[in-house]
Amino acid sequence: MARHVVASLGEIAPGDCKIVTVQGREIGVFNVGGEHFALINRCPHEGAPLCRGVLVGLAESDRPGQFRLVRQGEMLRCPWHGWEFDIRTGQSWCDPDSVRARSYAVTVEPGETLAKGPFVAETVPVSVEREYVVVEV
Amino acid sequence: MPVPAPGAIDCDVHVALPGTHVLVPYLDDYWREHILTRGLDRDNLDIGAYPPGSPLSARPDWRPAKGNPGTDLALLQSQLLDRVGTQYAILNCLHGAQVIFGEDLSAALCRAINDWIAAEWLDRDPRLRASIVIPMHSPELSAAEIERVAPDRRFVQVVMLVMGELPLGRRQHWPIYQAAERHGFAIGVHAGSSYRHAPTSLGWPSYYLEDYVAQSSGFAGALNSLVTEGVFVQFPRLKVVLMESGVSWLPNYMWRATKTWRAARIEVPWNKRSPAELVREHVRLTTQPFDAPSAAEVARIVAEIGSDEVLLHSTDFPHWQFDGEDAVPEGIPEALMRKILVDNPLQTYPRLS
Repeated sequence: MARHVVASLGEIAPGDCKIVTVQGREIGVFNVGGEHFALINRCPHEGAPLCRGVLVGLAESDRPGQFRLVRQGEMLRCPWHGWEFDIRTGQSWCDPDSVRARSYAVTVEPGETLAKGPFVAETVPVSVEREYVVVEV
Repeated sequence: MPVPAPGAIDCDVHVALPGTHVLVPYLDDYWREHILTRGLDRDNLDIGAYPPGSPLSARPDWRPAKGNPGTDLALLQSQLLDRVGTQYAILNCLHGAQVIFGEDLSAALCRAINDWIAAEWLDRDPRLRASIVIPMHSPELSAAEIERVAPDRRFVQVVMLVMGELPLGRRQHWPIYQAAERHGFAIGVHAGSSYRHAPTSLGWPSYYLEDYVAQSSGFAGALNSLVTEGVFVQFPRLKVVLMESGVSWLPNYMWRATKTWRAARIEVPWNKRSPAELVREHVRLTTQPFDAPSAAEVARIVAEIGSDEVLLHSTDFPHWQFDGEDAVPEGIPEALMRKILVDNPLQTYPRLS
């Protein structure tokens, strides 16, 4: 495991995604209402670029004709087949135990801490005055 | 193969009216006069899906010397019940009364048919059980008829046709399902159409052969509607029995519906479980006919359905689905035999117990 600086705080707007390449794999880093999450950019179903899908809420219902949208912006719909993935865990909605996208731990760190290392920041220059989004891969 | 032991429960046996005139004693004053003055007693009001003269409609050795197939209790007893050692046979009467446009006339004739079934069949052989015939295009009157007949425990099911005015899952039908669930009736969906629409989604076919073959795609559409509209969420104790469907189309439906549900389930968020799981819990299929070319294929299809609780034994008497005594499709695994012949019917029809 190494910690990778992938963006400065504020660079990814709420509801947006930045796709970065870390150790040869594409990872989507999301900002959902100020919280950051990271999923591999590959759908476990058929290999689609998952993180290019749209963030939606979770549709729930107890009875036909009843609709309730919860956890707004926390489900990622794959752009190919529409399967939904929980942005927090990478689990698919339809088959959470066996179909899941790899997820990565994300933290926000002050530049001062990062300056002490160890971390990897090939593309994001770190300044001690700012905060950064760090993904553990 | 033959039914291996006495005591089987036969979940699809057909009886037919000798003619509409037999209903006259079972009609109230208004409807008796109405039908006699219109001469409807001289019209057999045949539903059209099973022309009495068609080879399919009666096995040659089961065809009565005179009259329509399925009209003679003594033949049913000697040709089927006594010979097989049937424990219970569930009678289905398919008749134009179910689908007549006039809702009140339809309901009046259905009431008379149900009373005729009770008096002429159920009262005369304790092995017989029956499905309630309902005016299926009038859900409120259907529900009222279910309520009226419910005290007679010999009625164990409500029969509908697979192709009616609307797909079976649509909410207009729900009063029927609500009444059925309340009284422990299964909903039996039988091959056949009210012919409000063409029996294929492509338009009207030319031949009876096309009509009969198209029934199985009708079943897939009806099942798709029941599942997707959330009937099994709204009525969690309801069982639906698909009768004379052909069976082997079912795994394809389960795969296709489940695959699509994974992508499009946000339209129908009430379905938290896959269509395949809902089918295994709520849907049952009678075994005649079983459209498969060989015993190995039958066994494969049973495995693909993925549950040993889905199939119910039927002969489809007197329809011509098999010859001799071979009512049980070759290839049904031995371990499932008792479930199909006895246990699954008892689970599906709580009113049998």
